[in-house]
Amino acid sequence: MKRQIPLLIVIILGFIFVIHVFVPHKASADFYDWYQTWIKAISPFMVLLGIMSLFMVHSTKIKRKVPNWQYSVITLASLIGTGAVGFIWGTQAGTPFMWLFKNVQMPMGATMFSLLAFYIASAAYKAFRARSAEATVLLIAAIIVMLGQVPIGIKISKLIPETSNWILNVPNLAAKRGIAMGVGLGMTATSLKILLGIERTYMGGGK
Amino acid sequence: MSFEVISNFIAAFFTLSIFSFLYKDNPFYKFAEAVFIGVSMGYAIPLIYQDTFIPFVYRPIFVEYKFLILIPALTGSLYIFRFSKNLGWLSRYPIAFSMGIVGMGVPLSMHSYVLVQMRSAMLPVDNINTALIFIGTVTILLYFFFSKEHKGVYGKVTNIGIWFMMVGFGASFGYTVMARISLLIGRIQFLLGDWLGLMK
Repeated sequence: MKRQIPLLIVIILGFIFVIHVFVPHKASADFYDWYQTWIKAISPFMVLLGIMSLFMVHSTKIKRKVPNWQYSVITLASLIGTGAVGFIWGTQAGTPFMWLFKNVQMPMGATMFSLLAFYIASAAYKAFRARSAEATVLLIAAIIVMLGQVPIGIKISKLIPETSNWILNVPNLAAKRGIAMGVGLGMTATSLKILLGIERTYMGGGK
Repeated sequence: MSFEVISNFIAAFFTLSIFSFLYKDNPFYKFAEAVFIGVSMGYAIPLIYQDTFIPFVYRPIFVEYKFLILIPALTGSLYIFRFSKNLGWLSRYPIAFSMGIVGMGVPLSMHSYVLVQMRSAMLPVDNINTALIFIGTVTILLYFFFSKEHKGVYGKVTNIGIWFMMVGFGASFGYTVMARISLLIGRIQFLLGDWLGLMK
């Protein structure tokens, strides 16, 4: 009841969907559509779980007055505030909700990701200091690809964009293809393990 | 002061607060980080309510009277028992329903990641580039075969795979740097142009 029935649900549904891929019969397609509707009805509760988890983590921090607990208050206030603004004024263009997106969420998201430019440069410097032949090849390929994307590259030499394209279309393609095949085999193996009930960690601990 | 100026001021404050982390972790960064987490999660709530809850839960049950949807809705609500010590096992039911789709992953991942890639790799080796792609793919696959020790001739072959991967990682690295630099340029243009008006 606690473990066996959920496991049985996964195995039965899993095998139905394996058959669905090979036998695209109308009954199978209808079952898939029906399943999609059910999954969409379940999905909002996953988000609810995420929100509850965030609330529990931060409210515990506030209750216990752990160091920097004040920032947890700010997180919860921002969460409640943004959610409330969306529910009260709607989510269309021109509403306070979209103003928050445009002037708070979007600038911070872009800045957060742009910070990585600095850390990537620092990582490249560290890789270069390693002085291994492989690290040097990696950096040379990266520099050529970067220069191939900007106007200064073609000004230095017409060979740079051509070499950049060659790197992307030949050795890069071989690398991506080899890795993709490994990933595909790994995904298939993991899916089979779940399907056959060997992999059960997704069910969590406890009895 | 117009509303747009105030808006730009707020966006610039958060942008600079995040950039301040480049110096070191500080209260401005921590404040911006906390707001970012809250706003990002808060942004998702009304959208999911509007785009998923209303059309797939509320409307079928309360408008179209399709009471069968009550079953997945009630199953989904079992997720909240995840936090209960005694009833935590109930949350396995919605997880099990969601995991069922993994069955499609077996043939589809085999098809798109392995068979399609193999078909694309099995082209006539009629020029140096196709030969290089073929050698690269095979040597990389051999590199990931760990049942044989990477020594001797086999070790040298797998070493070629490493070189191909390094060039591939370099290309991905270059692309990632360019994407991040592009975002950085966007933020600097905002600060110098929209906010300070120094650029047109």
